[in-house]
Amino acid sequence: MRFPRVTALDRLTLDIGPGVTGLVGSNGAGKSTLIKILLGLSPATEGRAEVLGLDVATSGAAIRERVGYMPEHDCLPPDVSATEFVVHMARMSGLPPTAARERTADTLRHVGLYEERYRPIGGYSTGMKQRVKLAQALVHDPQLVLLDEPTNGLDPVGRDEMLGLIRRIHTDFGISVLVTSHLLGELERTCDHVVVIDGGTLLRSSATSDFTQTTATLAVEVTDSETHPDGTGALREVLTDAGVTLIGHDGIDTEGLPGAGHILLIEATGEETYDVVRDSVAGLGLGLVRMEQRRHQIAEVFRTEQGAARTAAVPAAATTAGVVQQKGSGRDEH
Amino acid sequence: MSTETKAAAGRDASRIHNIGYRSYDGPRLGRAYARRSLFSQTLRGSFGLGRSAKSKVLPMLLFGVMALVAAILVAVSMAAPDATKLVIEYTSYAIYLQAVIGLFIAAQAPQAVSRDLRFKSVPLYFSRPIERADYVVAKFAATASALFILTGVPLLILYVGSLLAKFDFADQTKWFGQGLVSVALLSVLFAGLGLVMAALTPRRGFGVAAVIALLTITYGAVSTVQAIAWETGSDGAVQWLGLFSPITLIDGVQTAFLGAPSAFPGEAGPGAGAGVVYLIVVLALVAGSYAVLMRRYRRAGL
Repeated sequence: MRFPRVTALDRLTLDIGPGVTGLVGSNGAGKSTLIKILLGLSPATEGRAEVLGLDVATSGAAIRERVGYMPEHDCLPPDVSATEFVVHMARMSGLPPTAARERTADTLRHVGLYEERYRPIGGYSTGMKQRVKLAQALVHDPQLVLLDEPTNGLDPVGRDEMLGLIRRIHTDFGISVLVTSHLLGELERTCDHVVVIDGGTLLRSSATSDFTQTTATLAVEVTDSETHPDGTGALREVLTDAGVTLIGHDGIDTEGLPGAGHILLIEATGEETYDVVRDSVAGLGLGLVRMEQRRHQIAEVFRTEQGAARTAAVPAAATTAGVVQQKGSGRDEH
Repeated sequence: MSTETKAAAGRDASRIHNIGYRSYDGPRLGRAYARRSLFSQTLRGSFGLGRSAKSKVLPMLLFGVMALVAAILVAVSMAAPDATKLVIEYTSYAIYLQAVIGLFIAAQAPQAVSRDLRFKSVPLYFSRPIERADYVVAKFAATASALFILTGVPLLILYVGSLLAKFDFADQTKWFGQGLVSVALLSVLFAGLGLVMAALTPRRGFGVAAVIALLTITYGAVSTVQAIAWETGSDGAVQWLGLFSPITLIDGVQTAFLGAPSAFPGEAGPGAGAGVVYLIVVLALVAGSYAVLMRRYRRAGL
């Protein structure tokens, strides 16, 4: 996809399966451009894309009937109620009047809007507006929804609720999701598959488990006891003996973290690491304050991936086709 | 997936009223239906229906004025002894009440298009089955229909009144028909011009001002210059000057083809030959408005 001055997406070839897929990239990475192409709204300069098995260049209308789209920006008129607005949008998607009203009531309830749905949207909080935007994308029961930065502007609680909702769209509603964000961390919690793009090129496309399992870091905090005045130190020794890799045990990496010095960062290689930690703590007779996963931040993935990509990228003289394939065709059974 | 199943089970227990997601297997009526829905929503919205009470005030007030004046004229016509026809021509009604029509289009064209632009709802439409042309056609047709209702209903009142007064049926029907053709043309022309002005700015206020300015300034300028031309004896110029304002264009067309008395100075309206030029200009303006609107939404896709 090339604009007169900018090549927004460059030779991006990817295949997205059913489920929840995260599309991660910094601002201007080409996430929104990709969504526009997938909706058949702006034709790709070269290459081709398929959504639900339909070609975006020829079957735009058919795709848009079966796909929902939630834009990144505000898109709600303030002077109508959520119900009226979503009913109208349902009809614009081709639902007959009665079905439009029923589906609107259902969908607003599912996104968590109750009595307030009869009030004008102008008086809603950001969180409620995001829910209305999500509802209008879901109201026609699409097979796939494209969510552009759905957690934008939300507070941490709202963010968690929205992410939970996105997960439910797939697990409970059976609708495949393509969700963009610039925060890898939050997508890891929701997505089955994560695609990282930057500067219009593909950095990485892999299952979320690949991101997390190989990079999972376990933070463990224990109490001190009378027999072990330095509980953390004691545990460190035991764990090292048990062959568990400790990260930054000179206190370098834990610097600046809450409870620095009392927290052990452990590289989790699998289920057995958890057992080793549990047994070690129990063996020492210490109290386990917390054991939680510290996932790598987006920045880390970006740094490493970007470095790798930069060196690996071979500048081709002629731009070949940018093939984007989207095959979110199936509704999986759960 | 065992953790998810557990989580789902917990949710069901804590929220009894959640009957779960139901998928939709009913009909999807597609593009033409979506276009009709947008048309009816915009048409209803033009009169404030389906919107807040506040937004009903102005359109309903203007509609009331249009209808009330027609009713009064009917009453006056019936009260006059030995009257054989109405005190006003059907074709003159819209010309006399052009200020009311102007206010209506100035207020309602921005509500039809500026709202979607200002609140960025346009991408929501274009991410659905309709195409750009469907959107423009629906908005254009709805605004023109709203104007046609505004201008046609008073003519209907006049017609019904004249029949009740037992004026000549054949004459009245013919004149009523001519009047309807005239206001239909006026509705399409004004809708096109109004929508173009309104679509150029996402700010509602600017849209209102631009439409009023377009209608009043051109009419003021044309009628002044026409008056000067008439006074200075340049009779020939009068009929061509009428080409430069929307309402005089309509006046010219109906003078030439619809048997209407001209509102130009000295009733120097165009004859059939100049009338063709008037008609061509009207149609060109309508087509031009459509083209500009299509262009306006080319980039507004997302």
